[in-house]
Amino acid sequence: MRQGALTLARHVRSGEMSAVEVVEESLAQIKAKDGRISAFNAVLGERSRRRAAEIDRQVALGEDPGPLAGIPVALKDNICASGVPTTCSSRILEGWLPPYDATVVTRLQAAGAVIIGKTNMDEFAMGSSTEASATGPTRNPCDLSRVPGGSSGGSAAAVAAGMTPLALGSDTGGSIRQPAALCGVVGAKPTYGRVSRYGLVAFASSLDQIGPIAADVADAALALEVIASHDPMDSTSIPDPCESLLAAVERDVGGMRVGLITDLLGEGIDHDVTERVEAAARALEESGAEVQEVSVPSISYGLSAYYLIAPAEASSNLARYDGVRYGLRVKGENTEKMNVATRTAGFGDEVKRRIMLGTFALSVGYYDAYYKKAQKVRTLVIRDFEAAYRSCDVLLAPTSPSVAFAFGERIDDPMSMYYSDVCTIPSSLAGHPAISVPFGTGAGGLPVGVQILAPPLREADMFAAAAALERA
Amino acid sequence: MSTQARGGGSIQAQAGGHEWEIVVGLEVHAELATRTKLFSASPNSFEGDPNTNIDPVCLGLPGTLPVLNVQAVELAIRVCLALNSEVRPSEFARKNYFYPDMPKDYQISQYDKPIGVGGFLELPSGKKVGIVRAHIEEDTGKSTHVGGTGRIDGAEYSLVDYNRAGVPLLEIVSQPDLRSAAEAREYVSELRAVLLAVGASDGKMEEGSLRVDANVSVRRRGERLGTRCEIKNMNSLRSIGRGIEYEAKRQVALLSAGESVSQETRHWNESEGRTLTLRGKEEATDYRYFPEPDLVPLRPSSEWVESIRSALPELPRFRRARLAAAVGRDASSVALFVERNQDTLAIEAVAAGADPAAVLKHLEHNLSEGTGRLTAGAFAELIAMESKGELTSNQVKATLAEMAATGADLKSVLADADYQAVSSSRLSSVLDELVAENPVEWERYREGDSRERKKLQGFFTGKIMRLTKGQADGRAVAELLRKRAQV
Repeated sequence: MRQGALTLARHVRSGEMSAVEVVEESLAQIKAKDGRISAFNAVLGERSRRRAAEIDRQVALGEDPGPLAGIPVALKDNICASGVPTTCSSRILEGWLPPYDATVVTRLQAAGAVIIGKTNMDEFAMGSSTEASATGPTRNPCDLSRVPGGSSGGSAAAVAAGMTPLALGSDTGGSIRQPAALCGVVGAKPTYGRVSRYGLVAFASSLDQIGPIAADVADAALALEVIASHDPMDSTSIPDPCESLLAAVERDVGGMRVGLITDLLGEGIDHDVTERVEAAARALEESGAEVQEVSVPSISYGLSAYYLIAPAEASSNLARYDGVRYGLRVKGENTEKMNVATRTAGFGDEVKRRIMLGTFALSVGYYDAYYKKAQKVRTLVIRDFEAAYRSCDVLLAPTSPSVAFAFGERIDDPMSMYYSDVCTIPSSLAGHPAISVPFGTGAGGLPVGVQILAPPLREADMFAAAAALERA
Repeated sequence: MSTQARGGGSIQAQAGGHEWEIVVGLEVHAELATRTKLFSASPNSFEGDPNTNIDPVCLGLPGTLPVLNVQAVELAIRVCLALNSEVRPSEFARKNYFYPDMPKDYQISQYDKPIGVGGFLELPSGKKVGIVRAHIEEDTGKSTHVGGTGRIDGAEYSLVDYNRAGVPLLEIVSQPDLRSAAEAREYVSELRAVLLAVGASDGKMEEGSLRVDANVSVRRRGERLGTRCEIKNMNSLRSIGRGIEYEAKRQVALLSAGESVSQETRHWNESEGRTLTLRGKEEATDYRYFPEPDLVPLRPSSEWVESIRSALPELPRFRRARLAAAVGRDASSVALFVERNQDTLAIEAVAAGADPAAVLKHLEHNLSEGTGRLTAGAFAELIAMESKGELTSNQVKATLAEMAATGADLKSVLADADYQAVSSSRLSSVLDELVAENPVEWERYREGDSRERKKLQGFFTGKIMRLTKGQADGRAVAELLRKRAQV
């Protein structure tokens, strides 16, 4: 797309441009590029065109279709839209059509957005490369031999390739931020509870959060403003209203206290990445922010805690895919055998691995040693963050320990794949907001993302700092 | 070796002279009478066609989330307060196991933080049975296994109806304080009365809105608790009594023969009248409980709990005591009227001068469908007319029904119905005519044997009824015939 969502929506609202033109361009881009990139699981051509025409009619009648008038938005394929296949890039959901809209879909459409398609992902959002997809991997538009990151790799690649100005992803341990970093786009994970999870197919319920992926910080702010809301359908939804994020994007960061997380620099983080984070710190300083080093010591346990909590919740959330009610069913001579055959055929290796890990972690005799202990680590991480935020307004860290890696490099080594999330997991465990902003390039000219972390409900500060980096 | 069961359910082993004691604790699942399901907006009703009261949430469709029904919490709190339990901050947990009638393959329940802790239920006998806990959980759907063995493992196919999935349940767990099958029945029946009185459940055992599992063990008096078995599938008060009785006998027989009881879950087979192994301890599922991340902790404010407490209706045992005193009966014989919410009307009718026996008779037999808009004053007046023989029992019944349905006053109902009160003098003159017209029959009635007399009593009664257009009271006619013939 030649222009961002903010500009396009303004044109559509003023009648300077039609929604049909905007949608046609998006569809043309997809047609031209997605054969190589494979970002989309489904493209909703007919539906988008119909919807765009409706928006144009609204404009013609003098009505305002809303802040996302005519803007194509791609949904990660774990977000439900009524009547549109939702697969989670898994065989097990083959043929399932949700009979309802996710709350974010309702809000997007009420703001004039057009759902352009469903994007590829690691199966059930379990992965960091989009290689663990039943439909095959998505390629990184910056280098087709490399992964786009994951699990929202399809959404990040779709935006990076200019196939859609906006996409939604879901972030459980970094699944919005890490692919955004690897593809050179902006990805934001809001405070847990800021955006309704109703209609997001659950991976790990206490961590999952929907957020925007966009080409720039302002577009991400615009999209988040639209989808952030209290939702009575989600008991974990936050009642507090969200501050204006578009206003925050314009804000000066003079005097803002920025903490550089020392625990996420140096060992385990590629040199080129560290260099860009340090450059980001200098850039913020030049913009008038006060940068200091801080330590969040317990985040070194974050990865282990995460890989107990998330699989534990997943083992329960994914139990329902049993062949009884919807999706794939592989016949068996009795119910139990049908359940087993269906799940054996329907789930990929990574999903099975995590279901087994999680089942084990919750078992009698192991619960206290694993699940409960991991929850204690979570409390420690929150306390350490609270301590850091006594002297800082936002924190700065890498998004990913490395730039985009090559296909096959980590897929057979789960531990190295899991390590991809080391920088993003702490905010997930704490339920805090964090955003990844492209900040130059590293090895091979590939994009590097830096992460701004903020205390709960302080998305405005986070966007202000992110925008300052973008301007630098 | 033989064992015998006696009326109260106490079992004595004849050999050895030891007296055995039954120890029973009950887990009662009551469906809460909410308008909608526990976590979604579908009606809490499983009448009608299968899979019609369903929605994406209660079907556990991918992406859906539960939202707690506040009315279910309020009803649960009412029960807790009625059982003298402490209402605590509680949390929901997931109980994980695979079963086709459970849409998410986990049940949202309360585990280590239930809403109600402690308390007791006082039985009509005066015994206080301890309550361990009460917790809220969701119900499952219902499977039907078709063809083959008709069971889940050997059927040709199975059908699942999710209308019941997500219906709110309150599980109430008693202490092992019950000492006989009869006492267990008394507990269930009293608990049911409490649930009905506070409006928490309709308590219909036959429809499954009240389900009871029993933990049964036996021991020689004074010894420590024996190994227990959990008995499921007792669907009526009668089967609870029979099931516990059978199970206790089975355990006594085993122990008396020097064998041991193994801890297991057993199924009560009503038609065979025995319990059968469902699963052993080693087959017990690891439910992998963990806190439900889709729900937030439930912390009812003390203001809310107190407002529920102050609105709590009078409990059945107090109501029974008041009614019993008013009608001069013992408390256990008036339970039915309290259960039917007829106690206030009965007390007022008696206060208005009605004969207590007549009041209870009409409430039991003629007003079983409810007393509707019947007032105590009209009820008492009607009973007075009946006792004077001014109305037949059929007329009284019809009048009661009319007043209950419309709330009309007695005079207008009687006037509209054009009831002719058949006085005894009119009856007498009708009989005079009949005797004169049928002297032979009258003679046979007077002089015949009992068979003959019975036959002719029917003859005369029929004629009297025809002449009075059915308005005469049958008993009065019988009395008159007997007196006149001096038989």
